Amino acid sequence: MKSRPWTIVGFQLIALLLALGFTTLILLAVGAPPLEAYRHILLGSLGSFKKFSDVLVSWVPLLLVSAGLLATFSAGLWNIGVEGQITFGAIATTWLLRELADSALPPGVIVFLSIVAGALGAAAWAALTGVLKTFGGVNEIFGGLGMNFVATAVTIYLIFGPWKRPGTGSMSGTEPFEKALHLVLFPGLRLSPWALALALLAIVVIYFLIEGTYLGLRLKAVGKNYRAAYLLGVPTWQHQLLSFLICGALAGVAGAMQVTAVYHRLIPAISSGYGYMGLMVAMLVNYRAIWAAPVALFFAALNLGSIQLPIVLKLDSSLAGVLQGLLVLFVLMVEGARQRMMRRS
Amino acid sequence: MDSGILLIGLASVLAAAAPLIFAVIGETLSERAGVINLSMNGTILLSAMGGFAVSVQSGSLLLGFLTGAGIGAAVALVVAFSSVTLRQSQVAVGFVLALVCRDLSYFLGNPFMGLAGPRLPAWPIPTLEKIPVLGTLFFRHELMTYLSFAVILLAWAWVFRTRQGLILQGIGERPAAAFGRGANVVRLRYLYTVLGGALIGLAGPTYSLSVKAGWKGTISGLDGIGWIALAITIFGGWNPLRAAFGAYLFALLQWLGLVLQPRLPGIPSQVLQVAPFPLMILTLLLVNIGNAEWVGRNLAALPAPARRFLTRVLRILRASPPAALGVPFESE
Repeated sequence: MKSRPWTIVGFQLIALLLALGFTTLILLAVGAPPLEAYRHILLGSLGSFKKFSDVLVSWVPLLLVSAGLLATFSAGLWNIGVEGQITFGAIATTWLLRELADSALPPGVIVFLSIVAGALGAAAWAALTGVLKTFGGVNEIFGGLGMNFVATAVTIYLIFGPWKRPGTGSMSGTEPFEKALHLVLFPGLRLSPWALALALLAIVVIYFLIEGTYLGLRLKAVGKNYRAAYLLGVPTWQHQLLSFLICGALAGVAGAMQVTAVYHRLIPAISSGYGYMGLMVAMLVNYRAIWAAPVALFFAALNLGSIQLPIVLKLDSSLAGVLQGLLVLFVLMVEGARQRMMRRS
Repeated sequence: MDSGILLIGLASVLAAAAPLIFAVIGETLSERAGVINLSMNGTILLSAMGGFAVSVQSGSLLLGFLTGAGIGAAVALVVAFSSVTLRQSQVAVGFVLALVCRDLSYFLGNPFMGLAGPRLPAWPIPTLEKIPVLGTLFFRHELMTYLSFAVILLAWAWVFRTRQGLILQGIGERPAAAFGRGANVVRLRYLYTVLGGALIGLAGPTYSLSVKAGWKGTISGLDGIGWIALAITIFGGWNPLRAAFGAYLFALLQWLGLVLQPRLPGIPSQVLQVAPFPLMILTLLLVNIGNAEWVGRNLAALPAPARRFLTRVLRILRASPPAALGVPFESE
């Protein structure tokens, strides 16, 4: 019942072409020159070494989040709350940075502890959704969504309330941290080698966890058939909660990176939609961790390239999201068509 | 508070709930047939933008509402095709569509942002509006609000009082049995998903041409409403009347939040705006917790009167989805 690998690649190419074709139609519909738009996206993301390093800056949180989501997807869970988990990770990181900023600890230790705080805080936030799911019967999609909105509200409350800038609070965020508390960057770039290393480490660890360990096998068993796994003696809800903790921790690190390496403060939109984008990446790679890195890179490039669109073509940058979503949609549909054809033959 | 102002306030709650009613009833019909349309949040945004844009350009309100319904039906058709025919995960397809339609509405709606557009006029019903109390509450609304009242009753009567409604329940609960009785499960699932989608699509223009007139892109305040409506559908236990009750309750709470805000100066407005979401989690918890196994175990250990009382409360709150919700149907 299995198609050869090349057939599958061929079908996915069809999906890519369909997504591109549909996006082109949308561009034509609003009277925009499609080729010009694609050229600006390409130039805006890969046009220079500096621009490519900026793509890597947004690749880091996206890859961290996608890695975490592979754990929850393996366990059969739709962790839509990942967006809020990034946000809460950023909040926890900012909190510890503020607490320790005036202490006698060396700055490196402070930053390290704050990143750990981000991971733990977000894992705890994810556990809330997990407990609602396992003990309260609240579907993780709705629990997670609700928690996302709550996390954003907490951020805004902190920025305008207890953590407001001297004077009045503003949407620009909290007071920036001093230079010593920034994660070290490559000279002349906005990219941090530590952040990059952490993201790569995360995806490698998740790959081996899912593909090569007994724990990964049990997670997948729970995800594929909850009842059968339970009957075979796999502790089911424990594994679901564990996958929430893993995903939350990685999303928290992503939030910590946003604070320590990118913005150096807490801003209202600190999660920047990386959570929802990560969900699309995880769906697109269909749980195969090995593909997450290139697909996430492609998505990050689209996002960065589309920033040019409002400036040069007066188009909304949400075009990137449209193209990404259409790609996932068509991959799902083409896959369905392939399976249907195989059933027929 | 003056009772006259209170009445007008309650009437405004009924009007504000109208788009939610369309969305919730549409989703209820779709899910009754066994198809979850998770795209609702994006559909509402896209149909709000589309309906507004068409109305601005054509000057016709009717075309605006038809566009909204058409967009909703088209998105639902994609959901139905992907899940019924291609047998892909309804959650995956619906979630992606929710994101795509949202981004698409911001992209296509860019040129229409902040434009002045037409607005549905008030349409008091002669004579009936003169009835004290009831006249103010029910008969001084806009057309879509009246339509929302009608949709609730029609949907309820259709599902529970007609033969067609019985078949609808059948294809959501036991599609194989319904098929054996001669129901065309695939065609009916398409039909109800698209019909439900058209209703969901009506919610958009009801916002952008009436309740929250205009299109303001990301700050239109519509992002998130679709997810709330999905939660209300579950709260409604797939019964149009109970779902409508949920929508009105939600609109009432939102109105109370607005009224109370000046009296709670310590709380930033952004925090009160998200109050519905923890509330949504809480209601889902109340609706679902009766199904949890550990609750039943602990209830059994309680003394009899307390156990009987709690069991009754949980049973009233509890709602169980149609048994075949989200499950593809194989006729072979």
